[in-house]
Amino acid sequence: MVARVMTNRNAALQAREVTVQRGGATLLDGVSIQLHAGELVALVGPNGAGKSTLLKTLSGELVPDAGSVLMHERELHNWLPQQAAQMRAVLPQASSLSFSFTALEVVLFGRLPHRTRARDHEIARAALALTDCSALAERDYLTLSGGEKARVQLARVLAQVWEPADAPVPARVLLLDEPTAALDLKHQHSVLRIARERTRSEQAFAVLAVLHDLSLAAQYADGIVLMDRGKIVDSGPPAQVLTPEQLQAVFGYPVRVVPLPDREQASIAVPGI
Amino acid sequence: MSASVPFTRPLARSPIRPRLLTQLLSVGLAIVTAVSLMSGALPISGDELMAIVRHAAGGVDIGFAPQQYTVFMELRLPRTVLAILAGVCLASAGAALQALFRNPLADPGLIGVAGGASLGAGCVIVFGVSLLPATWAMLAPFATPLAASAGGLTAALVVYRIAAGHGGAALAVMLLAGIAVNAVAGAGLGLFAALATNEQLRNLSFWSLGSLSAASWQMLALLSAPVAAALLMLWRDRAALSALMLGEAEAGHLGVNVATLKLRVFVATALLVGPLVAFTGVIGFVGLVAPHIVRLLIGPDFRHLLPSAALLGACIVLAADLVARTVVVPAELPIGVLTALIGTPVFLYLLVRERRAWLPA
Repeated sequence: MVARVMTNRNAALQAREVTVQRGGATLLDGVSIQLHAGELVALVGPNGAGKSTLLKTLSGELVPDAGSVLMHERELHNWLPQQAAQMRAVLPQASSLSFSFTALEVVLFGRLPHRTRARDHEIARAALALTDCSALAERDYLTLSGGEKARVQLARVLAQVWEPADAPVPARVLLLDEPTAALDLKHQHSVLRIARERTRSEQAFAVLAVLHDLSLAAQYADGIVLMDRGKIVDSGPPAQVLTPEQLQAVFGYPVRVVPLPDREQASIAVPGI
Repeated sequence: MSASVPFTRPLARSPIRPRLLTQLLSVGLAIVTAVSLMSGALPISGDELMAIVRHAAGGVDIGFAPQQYTVFMELRLPRTVLAILAGVCLASAGAALQALFRNPLADPGLIGVAGGASLGAGCVIVFGVSLLPATWAMLAPFATPLAASAGGLTAALVVYRIAAGHGGAALAVMLLAGIAVNAVAGAGLGLFAALATNEQLRNLSFWSLGSLSAASWQMLALLSAPVAAALLMLWRDRAALSALMLGEAEAGHLGVNVATLKLRVFVATALLVGPLVAFTGVIGFVGLVAPHIVRLLIGPDFRHLLPSAALLGACIVLAADLVARTVVVPAELPIGVLTALIGTPVFLYLLVRERRAWLPA
C-alpha cells in the first residue's frame, strides 16, 4: 500500500512507478503499489481504470514501459519462471480451455511448478474441497457451468500456492482478476472468505483481488486501492478509501455508505430511485 | 456461448488407463506390422517370415526362397518402417500443433505445414540441386529434406502469426490461413510442374496424395536423425505442452517460458513433417485423427497423448498403406485417398462440435 511505502517491511510484491502504454494510450501512469504478507488487498475502480493492466503487470504478463515490478525485493524478470510460479499464482479473468480435461486434471496443473509428485493429488483434492467442487472432480471441465469453471480455476491457483514454496523465500502471492464475476451470492462470499482466511492462517500469504462489488471489497479487504484512468486515486483501509465523495468522483454515480450495525465494515449502497 | 451444446457427457471419458492403451496399441502395431510384411504381390507366410528374420539375424538360409528375401529386405521392410515412421511423425506433429494452437483441429496438412514443406522440397527438385556448387554435390541428398523443413517451418510460423490473438475467432482464422498457405503451395508446385522436366514431374506429381512406394534404407537413414531429435524435444516439453492447453498466460504463470516453448514446438514440427513430406508427399488427416481418437479414450493430457497418438498414427498409416498397395494389385492407390476417407468425417465432426467456439453466440 502506498501509505506504507516509508516502512521497512519487505513487500511480497510491489510495483514502483510503473507506466504501461499500448497503442498510444497510457493504461498505467506511474503507479506504485505494495502488497504485504498477511493482507488481502482489493483493487477497485471503474471500467478501463487499469485494474487488470496493473494485475497483469504485477504478474509479469505485461512488461511495463517504465518503472519496475519487484517480488521480494528482486526484479520480477530476475526470478526463474519456475521459481516465480512456486510462489505466485494468477487467476485470469476468463479462461479459454477447449480440451476435455477433468476438473481434477485442471487443478493438478497448479502443481506443475512443484516437485511434490506424491502429494499433488491430495493437495488438488483438498483445493477442490475448499472451493466446494469435490463433486465435480471427475467431470469434464467443458461441461461445467460458468460459475463451476470459475471455482475449479480458483482451486487450481490455490493448489499452486498451497504450501510454503520450496523456493528461496517462503512467501506466497495470489493475484485474482475478478474472482467473483461469474459466481452466485454464496460463492462470491465463500471465495473472498477463503482468500482472506489464507492470508490469516497461512504463513506469509498475500492476496490481491480485482473486485467490482464495493460492498464485498469493504467487507473482506484489509486494504483498498482505488484506481481511475491509469492512476491510483487513494489507497488505505476500507473506511478511509470508500467515502461517498471519493466514490462519486471516481465512478460518476452517487453512492451512499451505510454502516452495518453488527459489523465493523460499512456497506456501499446506491441510492434508491 | 451458443445455446446449442452438441453433446454433454457426465463423465469426461471412458475408463481406459493411459498405460493400458499404450500396451494395446503396441500389440496392434505389432500385428499390423506382421501382416504388412507378409502381404503383397509376393506373399510371405508366417513360417517364411520367421525364417527370414532368423537368417537376417545371422541364422542359416533355409525355409524361404531367395527372391522372398530380396523382396523383404529391399522393398517390404523399408516400406513398412517408413509407414510406421510416417504415422509417428504425422500424429506427433498433429498432437503438438493442437497443443500449440490450443485447438483440436490443427493438423500439419490442414494448416499448411505439409504444403509449405512440399513447396520447399519441390523448389529443390526443380531448381535447387543444379544451383549447388559441384563441391557440394555430396550434400544433395540432404537438400530436399532440409528445404522441406524450412518450408514447413515458414508455413507454421505464418499461420501462427495470423491466427494468434483472435480469441474466439482463432479457429476460423487458423483454418483460413491454412487454406491460403496451401493455395500458395499448390500454385508454387503448379508453377514448378510447368517448369519441370519429365523426370522431375514424376517426382512432383505424387505429392498431392502421398506415396510410400519410394521407400529405401537411405531414405530411412536420412529421416531417423531429425525425427528422433524432434520426438525427444516434444517429450521433454510434454508437461509444458499440456499446461499450454490451459492458455498461454496461464502456462506462463505456471512457470512455462511460453515464447521459447513455442519456438521449440515449431522447430520440432518442421523436423517431423518436412523431411517426411520430402520423401512421401502429403499424407493427410493422420495428424488430426490419431490424436483425436486417443483424446476421446484417455483425455487430452499431452504426457499420455503423445505416445499413444504416435502408436495409433503408425497403425493407421501402415494399415492404409497395406490396403493401398494390395487392393488393386498390381497397381497402387495413393495412400492419401485412404487417409482422407477416414479423416474427413472426423474433421467434419470436429468442425461441427467446435463451431460453438467460434461462431457468434
